[in-house]
Amino acid sequence: MSKKVVVIGAGPAGMETSTYLANFGFDVDLIEKENQVGGKLNHWDRLFPSMRKGDEVKEFLRKGNKFSNINLLLNTEIENVEQIDNKFIIATNNNKIQADAVVIATGFEIFDATKKEEYGYGIYDNVITSKDLELLFRQNKKIVRADGKPVKRVGIVHCVGSRDEKAGNIYCSKVCCVTGVKQAIEIHEANPDSEIYCFYMDLRMFGMQYEELYKKAQEEHGVQFIRGRLSEAAESLDGSVIVKVEDTLSGRPLKMSVDLLVLLVGFVPSQGTTKMGNLFGVSFNPNRFLEYSDEHTGTGLTNVPGVFLAGTCSAPRTLTNTILDARSTAMRVAGYLNAWETEKR
Amino acid sequence: MSPEFGFKINKSAQIDLDKADDSLYRKICSIEPSLKLCIFCGSCAATCSAGQFTSFSFRKISIDLRRGMIKDVKEDISKCMLCGKCILVCPRNVNTRHVLFHLKKHFDENEL
Repeated sequence: MSKKVVVIGAGPAGMETSTYLANFGFDVDLIEKENQVGGKLNHWDRLFPSMRKGDEVKEFLRKGNKFSNINLLLNTEIENVEQIDNKFIIATNNNKIQADAVVIATGFEIFDATKKEEYGYGIYDNVITSKDLELLFRQNKKIVRADGKPVKRVGIVHCVGSRDEKAGNIYCSKVCCVTGVKQAIEIHEANPDSEIYCFYMDLRMFGMQYEELYKKAQEEHGVQFIRGRLSEAAESLDGSVIVKVEDTLSGRPLKMSVDLLVLLVGFVPSQGTTKMGNLFGVSFNPNRFLEYSDEHTGTGLTNVPGVFLAGTCSAPRTLTNTILDARSTAMRVAGYLNAWETEKR
Repeated sequence: MSPEFGFKINKSAQIDLDKADDSLYRKICSIEPSLKLCIFCGSCAATCSAGQFTSFSFRKISIDLRRGMIKDVKEDISKCMLCGKCILVCPRNVNTRHVLFHLKKHFDENEL
């Protein structure tokens, strides 16, 4: 009888790790609390840096699942876990499953921008998050002010809820910088008369083609980058948003009004990630994400034998790195269940 | 001499981008679009011969143009000797010398 692996979360990480585990010959249950697969990928319109549609990647992941023998359980949430010897007895709202190994792929949630009250999200009409903007793109909606007037000037704020001890998050969320550049280009494409200003502390263009995208934003879309972290935003009488920032490169305070302010919200661990960490006894890192057993050599593994991690439940990752991590974790699970010598290092 | 009394109002140091005049920046960009690619790294200013002895900095000029601080640009531009060392070090391949040349030309033409 083939060994059973339960994968928790059918976002990109859970989908891809399930595909490979099934092809390694394991019996895979993929558990998802929502009524559809895809996770956060369902919120994206186009992806950086190539600007291809997010749905194309979702289709690729879905095909992988379809070609493999995977038991997909939608609308299923884990309620309790018991461990007897090397087996996990997992109680869900629908059934009980006995598993030889578990992969946690419960991902992230975006930072709640209302916590940065000084930026006015949820208070001012023309302050939105990068996720809200992505949804507008997905729905093919016009990018206009809340009162329907066209946007002439747009501000994009980097590092909202990231690299900010006041927000409780000291870490970099990695994907926001390039998302800001991507969205600046998309806003300008939709509104060629608009001017876009990005407010940043550092621009972390670490991936292949990211720097080129940044250059394209400057060259073809005239996007301006002002180095300085927003201290506050205020609403003016006409509904536009006045932002205050130090222009650190000229060493002077600067203010300007924008028709739309976009907050690039960072990653925090999802509720499911925190819950699964507690249920399975997996240790958390200082940033409240789940922790690999070793930063360099123990990726995929946790402090609990038989419990593995894939994707953004352990750290902010790009989609590319999430898929990579998911495949790599499938290999670690195979090593564990087949008792490979390599896993005894 | 009588001692000074009363209040003095300091001019605001704040840059107000709503009132800034970026027409010169736009003019120079139309002549030399590579100016748009500046990332304000400062390598131009570090290598600048004039910058060793004066307050001249191409990076500052690049910022001042964008912020509409034309007076500052006008004051600074006379210090440049157009040697072109700044082009050699620019990682974004901005044609800095061409920008500086046209700035000089702009102020010369507007003065004469």
